[in-house]
Amino acid sequence: MAAINRDDVAHLARLAHIEMSPDELDRMAGELAVIVDAVKSVSEAAGDDVPATSHPIPLTNIFREDVVGHTFTAEEALSGAPDAHENRFKVPAILDED
Amino acid sequence: MTEFNTTGTSASELIRNSAAQLAEKLAAREVSAVEVTQAHLDRIAAVDGGDRGVHAFLHVNTEEALAVAAEVDTIRAAGGAAAEELHALAGVPIAVKDLIVTIGQPTTAGSKILEGWRSPYDATVVKKLRAAKMPILGKTNLDEFAMGSSTEHSAFGPTRNPWDLDRIPGGSGGGSAAAVAAFEAPLALGTDTGGSIRQPGAVTGTVGVKPTYGGVSRYGAIAMASSLDQIGPVSRTVLDSALLHQVIGGHDPFDSTSLPDPLADLVAAARIGNIEGMKIGIIKELHGEGYQAGVENRFNESLELLKQAGAEIVEVSCPNFKYALGAYYLIMPSEASSNLAKFDGVRYGLRVLPEDAPMTIERVMGATRAAGFGDEVKRRIILGTYALSAGYYDAYYGSAQKVRTLIQRDFEAAFAKADVLVSPTAPTTAFKLGEKLDDPLAMYLNDVATIPANMAGVPGLSLPGGLADEDGLPVGIQLLAPAREDARLYRVGAVLESLLEAKWGGPILASAPSLTELVTSHGGSR
Repeated sequence: MAAINRDDVAHLARLAHIEMSPDELDRMAGELAVIVDAVKSVSEAAGDDVPATSHPIPLTNIFREDVVGHTFTAEEALSGAPDAHENRFKVPAILDED
Repeated sequence: MTEFNTTGTSASELIRNSAAQLAEKLAAREVSAVEVTQAHLDRIAAVDGGDRGVHAFLHVNTEEALAVAAEVDTIRAAGGAAAEELHALAGVPIAVKDLIVTIGQPTTAGSKILEGWRSPYDATVVKKLRAAKMPILGKTNLDEFAMGSSTEHSAFGPTRNPWDLDRIPGGSGGGSAAAVAAFEAPLALGTDTGGSIRQPGAVTGTVGVKPTYGGVSRYGAIAMASSLDQIGPVSRTVLDSALLHQVIGGHDPFDSTSLPDPLADLVAAARIGNIEGMKIGIIKELHGEGYQAGVENRFNESLELLKQAGAEIVEVSCPNFKYALGAYYLIMPSEASSNLAKFDGVRYGLRVLPEDAPMTIERVMGATRAAGFGDEVKRRIILGTYALSAGYYDAYYGSAQKVRTLIQRDFEAAFAKADVLVSPTAPTTAFKLGEKLDDPLAMYLNDVATIPANMAGVPGLSLPGGLADEDGLPVGIQLLAPAREDARLYRVGAVLESLLEAKWGGPILASAPSLTELVTSHGGSR
């Protein structure tokens, strides 16, 4: 399995929306390389015949009664928002102006 | 019945009572709920603050806690049906890990990104505490988003171990464990994703239980890894954990992973007092090499006591446990990277604007998450994003899920031979603050014995097994049972606890430092 390098970390940080300084990228790449190396034996542990487990105790078809319960008012839902406008979350521009 | 030095009714004596003892005294009206609650608030004021304080609490909920206590006293004084209907733990105060949301108090998850945020809803477990009229003393410290084994990853500073203030209280739930160990609260709630209830219990000399996955609702616990997370009780005695488990357990339609089964009588299990003929399995892979000598000694001593009590000790092998830690550190970050995507500066918490143009939402998210998350959270998000990314998914996340199947099969084979499994909870006693902070991998190894239970969804209990010879610090003994058989943990745990107390001449915590020097230097400074 390929080792993780600084370019990988920079790419992953962009995917995860976390800005990182050059120093941070250097440090994180070093630390993650050690961790990835320590966990790589996992890929050799199980053969193709072993099914995956996503959930420790499988439950299926979990429904509740179709009755109207409590829902947040707009005021409650917006109570922790950094910015709001006319009962909506307010965010900066989605697209760059250029 | 466990007693801590003395069980009188003065404030300093009151806090040394177990929850069960407090419940009895409250019911008999020997003390009032306000007196009990105030005694704990006073203890918090005396030992929690200041530079050398325990720092178990991020928020103290004085007014509301006293109001709930006063309500209980009023109901009790009036008598009649309302008094009779009071829950057995009504008026017994409790601390809540700050990963669990509460109306009326801040919930930070130990992170700058949620500093000052107040939840508009209560977690199901908090609703149950309110229904039982248990005063909530406040919110306890934790590693940021429950990621860590020492509380050093809290954005608000570490919690100190009441046994030695220069040592870690374990993590992530070090605040809940330390609060209970320092007699700041008789009970607390924790959450356990890879050992965050049990490992802090081990290093602080307290009891902590991770219930069967789905046995306690996760609704309102800020998710780290949803297929592993579980809320559970923290206390000083096994019976107290059973009492609290009984309050918080049971089906919840608000959690689609909540088990529909009715809750077993765990308190009755803790009171059986007999383990004759039970088969108890030693897991070959979870002791010996890599475990501190004092931990190993106390573990062997517990096996001896279990044998004397009439249990049959058998050895079991779980060969795939050696992959558990690696698989955990792929599954947990993968789920965490997805769960923590919601902290993006839009709906709640911090928003940080980038220093230069363009001021797009994407750049605001990047700047917010850069400023709001600490190093360990960033490491795990990056690791999880890596394990889930195209080209690596099969090798990492896919393989780890297969290992999960192998671990479940190991448990199935082990439980075919034994009713309950036993191991040390953690490989070492409490280490020094700072000792492992720069070595993430060394920190992760603390969870080696606790992770398998989360991977398989089975319940686990840690109880104090005595003090290590070499450093005089508490050692934890872990019991594991098959899924849905939490009652077995309480049955065996309570018996082992009473045998250990007889051997050590009382509860382990009775020999913890009194922390009175803090009272002198920081009394009421909070």
